[in-house]
Amino acid sequence: MIQLQVIELSKTFQRRKVFENISFSLRDCDSLVITGPNGSGKTTLLRLLCGFIRPTSGQIIYSEQGHNLSWRQVRQRLGWVAAELVLYEELTAIENLNFFAKVRGLSHTTADSKRLLSMMALERCGNDPVASYSAGMKQRLKFAFALLPEPEILLLDEPSSNLDEEGRRLLDSIIEQQKQRGLLLVATNDPREVHYGETLLQLGAGDVSNNEQRFTF
Amino acid sequence: MNKDLRSELRTKYAINAIVMFAVITLAAISFTVGAFALAPQFQAALLWIVLFFSASSGLPRVFIKEEESKTVNALKLSSSPLGVFLGKLMFNLILLLILASIIVPLFIALMGVNIKGLALFVLIVVLGLLGLSGASTIVAAIVAKAATKGTLFAVLAFPILLPLLITTISATDYAMGGGTITGGFSHIQILVSYIGIMLTISILLFEFVWQE
Repeated sequence: MIQLQVIELSKTFQRRKVFENISFSLRDCDSLVITGPNGSGKTTLLRLLCGFIRPTSGQIIYSEQGHNLSWRQVRQRLGWVAAELVLYEELTAIENLNFFAKVRGLSHTTADSKRLLSMMALERCGNDPVASYSAGMKQRLKFAFALLPEPEILLLDEPSSNLDEEGRRLLDSIIEQQKQRGLLLVATNDPREVHYGETLLQLGAGDVSNNEQRFTF
Repeated sequence: MNKDLRSELRTKYAINAIVMFAVITLAAISFTVGAFALAPQFQAALLWIVLFFSASSGLPRVFIKEEESKTVNALKLSSSPLGVFLGKLMFNLILLLILASIIVPLFIALMGVNIKGLALFVLIVVLGLLGLSGASTIVAAIVAKAATKGTLFAVLAFPILLPLLITTISATDYAMGGGTITGGFSHIQILVSYIGIMLTISILLFEFVWQE
């Protein structure tokens, strides 16, 4: 099982300190919810955990059985859903999933893409270009993309954005499955999503010293 | 690369820009100097100027499009940097080969070019396009990260492509005059070396450009 250790992590954009000295660790099937007002750094923290940006100071260590994993190894086992995740609009959902599975090096067929789309209740529009999808359908497709590698680490940023009631039920089921499979981190402001994690990390906006409040349910 | 080609066929994002730019430039050149019997040296220079600036109008888009449409995040998460670079390189090369297959015959017809050393000419065009796509792909990746992408590509690419342009112009001039592959071997050596160096540097640098 993958372990995640975040040690005194700080991020500054030009002169603006987003947060500083965040530390936490997750192992086995732990789940963490990150909350905080707009601008507190929830999305930035998830981007750091994906390896898209580098921290100003501090460390992010993914390890397994005592061995540190490279970012390439981490990404192969990581799923991510966020507003900043955009799939190819000119391609169909099936083409998108097939393409990303191929570049990930997964043994994946069109039938697997259809199964994922069916799981997200998108099976009827698998051959339609993503450009024709509604915002909610695109959000569901992002989950299908994130679940491609059967991720051991799932990072969700405002996961219920644009989802209807049925979509929220699907999200609940994905969350429950992920808690059996590996690590789960959810960044949210929605009070209905706080229960997704066993642990809560509260980030503070402006007052960066207020970042380390942690509550364990 | 297949994804890029499929995407390009549906959006015509780069091909329209490249071909339209090339045809307009070619038409302008042929109207202004077509009536004169230009020396092969000038014809070779004009041909490569058209190819270089046409490439400048379309090749950077392979990365700019990923950045602007924000699909870059999904790609970064899923693919290795080397895989991305090689895919974009192949796509740019195919785009340039399509461009050359339209522009070169048009140029020959409109400018009344007489190519006496056809084998060397074809080889130089292919090697030149390979060098152009190799250098353009890494510069395109750098330019895509910049806030002002507009004219930056031509400015950044020009000094890097200058040795290639000088060699291809000189070799094309030689081929037009009836040069053979054996006689143009020194040009071929320079072009192959340039391509080798450029691809090696690009592969080494790309991961840093791509991840930051």
